Amino acid sequence: MLTPDMSVDMRTYLAHVELANPITTAAGCAASGAELAQFFDLARLGALVTRSITMAPRAGRPTPRMAETPSGMLNAVGLQGPGVDAFLELELPRLVERGARAVVSIAGGSVAEYTALARRLADAPGVAAIEVNLSCPNVEDLGRVFARDPAASAEVVAAVRTTMRYDVPVVAKLAPDVADIVAVARACVDGGADALAMINTPLGMSIDVDTMRPSLAAGTGGLSGPAIRPLAVRCLWQVHAALPGVPLVGMGGVLTGRDALELILAGACVVAVGTALFHDPYACLRILRELEDLLKERGFERLADAVGLAHRPPGAGPRHRIDLEESSL
Amino acid sequence: MQVTGTVLTTRRVDAYHALTVVAPGIAERFRPGHFVSVAVGGPRTSMPTRRAFSVHDVKPDYGGTVELVFSVRGAGTSWLAERKARDSLDLVGPLGRPFPVPRDPCACVLVGGEYGSASLFSLADTLQQRGCRVDFVLGAASADRVFGALRARRMGETTTLTTEDGSLGLRGRVTDVLPSVIADARADVVYASGPMPMLRGVTAVAVEFDIPVQVSVEESMACGYGVCMTCVLPVLGDDGVTRMVRSCVEGPVFRGERVRFEDIGTIPFDALGAPGGRAQEGGAHTRHVS
Ligand SMILES: Cc1cc2nc3c(=O)[nH]c(=O)nc-3n(C[C@H](O)[C@H](O)[C@H](O)COP(=O)(O)OP(=O)(O)OC[C@H]3O[C@@H](n4cnc5c(N)ncnc54)[C@H](O)[C@@H]3O)c2cc1C
Ligand SMILES: Cc1cc2nc3c(=O)[nH]c(=O)nc-3n(C[C@H](O)[C@H](O)[C@H](O)COP(=O)(O)O)c2cc1C
Ligand code: FES
Repeated sequence: MLTPDMSVDMRTYLAHVELANPITTAAGCAASGAELAQFFDLARLGALVTRSITMAPRAGRPTPRMAETPSGMLNAVGLQGPGVDAFLELELPRLVERGARAVVSIAGGSVAEYTALARRLADAPGVAAIEVNLSCPNVEDLGRVFARDPAASAEVVAAVRTTMRYDVPVVAKLAPDVADIVAVARACVDGGADALAMINTPLGMSIDVDTMRPSLAAGTGGLSGPAIRPLAVRCLWQVHAALPGVPLVGMGGVLTGRDALELILAGACVVAVGTALFHDPYACLRILRELEDLLKERGFERLADAVGLAHRPPGAGPRHRIDLEESSL
Repeated sequence: MQVTGTVLTTRRVDAYHALTVVAPGIAERFRPGHFVSVAVGGPRTSMPTRRAFSVHDVKPDYGGTVELVFSVRGAGTSWLAERKARDSLDLVGPLGRPFPVPRDPCACVLVGGEYGSASLFSLADTLQQRGCRVDFVLGAASADRVFGALRARRMGETTTLTTEDGSLGLRGRVTDVLPSVIADARADVVYASGPMPMLRGVTAVAVEFDIPVQVSVEESMACGYGVCMTCVLPVLGDDGVTRMVRSCVEGPVFRGERVRFEDIGTIPFDALGAPGGRAQEGGAHTRHVS
């Protein structure tokens, strides 16, 4: 029997890179780690995923950039950031010094720009993985978002994959508001993605009925928070069912350990926390603790045994319980 | 730091609500100009973003208390207005860049609009302890929205009040009376806290007199500690370059003349990384990027 004080093996793999635990920050929700480091030791995270880095510095979108919505928020930050040079000089080295595993998110407007970013990051020490933010408008396709087009997504992923060092996994980050997420997922894997992350924010909008104008200066914005969790679960479920061997990073409205477990049961082996960080700087550590307790209560010895478990056929008992009975003989 | 505080007292002050919360860690580190962010809606809230409030008062009782003064605007502040003594409240703070205070005694004019004056009294206290002269100018739309007039009268060398409807003090705005207050006090510096249009006007007056002005701005914030990038405004740096800076960590207190008030709500074309700007070659479009 599993005794209550036994700890669960929380290790997980992002492709071949081992993470001490499955909880990471979500891109764009923890900047480059310096602010969170005031609250806790970043080495306690599975990984810190940076904001999406662009080639040139970017001022982002005009304000207001944020509007709260029921159990969520809309944002139109527009990838404000210092550009890759300043990131490599000032931000990444600090992150590595702090002992964090750094997953670097990149964003571009063309295949060439993603390739150039990958080239700049290829030799940077301390990059545990690259996450390719595909929710960016393709300037060569009238601003159509890469993530909505399987072929364009695959092209970006292939370019980054061939440019990055072979031992740095490339994670393709997908958007949920597409006609067929499995088609985009499959195209990215065929293009060489070692893992997939989902979901980025679906596009939403709110209108202030007092001013009778859109709440955001940009009009539309990305919806995040608990409001989108069912969308994340659905996407993970569909992609895990179609591509069971591909490691998935799940995100979308995770506030508690229970929410993280839901995404894991749908197929995620890593869970990223975004909007919850705005509410609670310690959210990642709390969620990790709650997740470990929930796994323990359910008799799991390893996190890995829970990944995708909801896909087992109806009527089949939870796999781990059978294991337990056998091992206690 | 994050603190689960206990509400000690609640009271109404004219149009405002005031909450005193036991929050030792925050009270201890507080300096005038700091703010706190409050989680609203309880444990199963549907409001994921914290609300920012400046700290009105800090007292040593019960290991340290902070008092917030607020007006009800939407769902979050309505919830806050329903808090009772002994309820617990989740606070993060102290946050932001506080008001810089002069090393040597000098004459300071403190300008507050609406609840903005709440953050000025602890500042006045600090300034007076350093031997500074303090004059107040407080204003609002109507008498019930002028916060802290009595306290200002007690503390200030002079106190000038303005209301737009004339129900208290002079009819008009703080900027109408500010030039004469600055002149009479021979002011060396102006501090201001209140709505953005007021800060813009106060800055213009201070620039006219060629004296420094420190303003505490109010931008919509999701995180309050620098990670979400939603609270930015265009500010001119020491190097002459305009950047979109975060008002929660680089502010909320800025040198007024550095804030490009007229460009708030836009990305000035000459800001670092502006679309089409010189730093943007090879940069991506900005449409629908999240
Ligand atoms: C540094 C700072 C200090 C402040 N100090 C005070 C104070 O002392 N007293 C006081 O009454 N108010 C203060 N405010 C404004 C206060 O934060 C808003 O009134 C409050 O967030 C409104 O919340 P709500 O749920 O009632 O309104 P809603 O409109 O429902 O809020 C929705 C969302 O918008 C954000 N938001 C809306 N208005 C503002 C605003 N003006 N500023 C920042 N965020 C906003 C909220 O945080 C929330 O995420 C301050 C704001 C800042 C940035
Ligand atoms: C303010 C904000 C900024 C974001 N910036 C990025 C970004 O730069 N790159 C990216 O891939 N995703 C970005 N995202 C999306 C998040 O990484 C995440 O996919 C999404 O918010 C869903 O998770 P959540 O509900 O836990 O926030 C951003 C989200 C928010 C709220
Ligand atoms: S409020 Fe999040 S960065 Fe300022």
